[in-house]
Amino acid sequence: MNDVWEVFRQDRRGTPFEHAGSVVAPDAEFAEAWAREQYGRRGESVALWLVPRDAVHVVDEWADEFDLKYRRVDGYSIKARLKEARERAGTAEPR
Amino acid sequence: MNEQELLSLADDELIIGWRDSEWTGIAPLLEEDVAFSSIAQNEIGHARAVYELLSDDADALAFDRSPEEYRCAPFVELHLLHWAHTIARRWLYEVADEIRIAALKEELPLAAKIDREEAYHRMHAEMWHERLAGSPQFAAAVEELWPYALGMLPASQRDALSARVGLPVVDAVERGTHTDELVPLWEEMTMVRRSAPAGAQW
Repeated sequence: MNDVWEVFRQDRRGTPFEHAGSVVAPDAEFAEAWAREQYGRRGESVALWLVPRDAVHVVDEWADEFDLKYRRVDGYSIKARLKEARERAGTAEPR
Repeated sequence: MNEQELLSLADDELIIGWRDSEWTGIAPLLEEDVAFSSIAQNEIGHARAVYELLSDDADALAFDRSPEEYRCAPFVELHLLHWAHTIARRWLYEVADEIRIAALKEELPLAAKIDREEAYHRMHAEMWHERLAGSPQFAAAVEELWPYALGMLPASQRDALSARVGLPVVDAVERGTHTDELVPLWEEMTMVRRSAPAGAQW
C-alpha cells in the first residue's frame, strides 16, 4: 500500500518551510529514505517535513458573492477618491 | 592499513557503485530509482576519495589498470538482474562495510567521514531488509550471495559478519580472484577513457 507524502523543505534554519514536491512511499521510513535522496542530497535542505497527503486538510473554496474587494489590500483603489477629495478641499496634487 | 587494503576498499566501492548505477532508470519504483542512483554515486565518490589518498591521479587508478589488477571482491562484480538479489547484495555489502570501516576509523580519518554517509546507506539497506526479510525470494538471494559477501572481509572480521547476518561462516569466494563478469564491466567502464585522444581534457 503506497501513499503520497508531501515534502516540505527548509533552506536555512529559521526560514519558512516550502513545499518541494512529494514521494510515494509505503511508510514513514521509506518516505524518509527517499525524500533524503530526492530533496536533500545536494545539501539544499537543512530540514524536511514529511506529511501524509491524507493528513492535509484542504481549503480551496471561497465565497465572494458581494464583491467585498475593499477588504483586500490589492482590490480597493483610492486614487480616484483621493483626487476628488483633494479637489473638494482645494489642495494641490502632491508632486 | 596497507596500500593493498585501501585499494581493495576503493575498488569495492567503485565497482559496486558502477553495478548499482546500472539500475538508473529501470528500478522497480521511481523513488527507489532516484535513491539507488544517488547511493551508487556516493559509493563512487568514496572510491575517488580513497584513490586520492593513494595517488595524485584518481582517474588513472580507477580506469587505467587492467582488469586483473583490480582488488575488488568477486561479490561486487556480479551482474545481478533480479531486484531481490540487488537488494540482498546492497544489504550484505553495507553490513560488511560497516564492520570494515569501524576497524579503520582509528587510523584513517577519511573512514569516519565515509561512515557518516554510509549511515544513510545502512538505513536504506536495513529498511529494505526488514521489509523483504520474510520473503523466500530474498532469503534465497541472501543465501546464494553469502559466500561472496564473506569474501569481502578478511578472515578476522568474518565472525562479526556471520553474527550480524545470522548465517554460518562457510568457504568464501575470496578476493584476488575475479568472476567472468568483471571484464565486460571494465570494458564498458573504461571505454570512454580508452578511446579519448591523447591529451584530451575533461
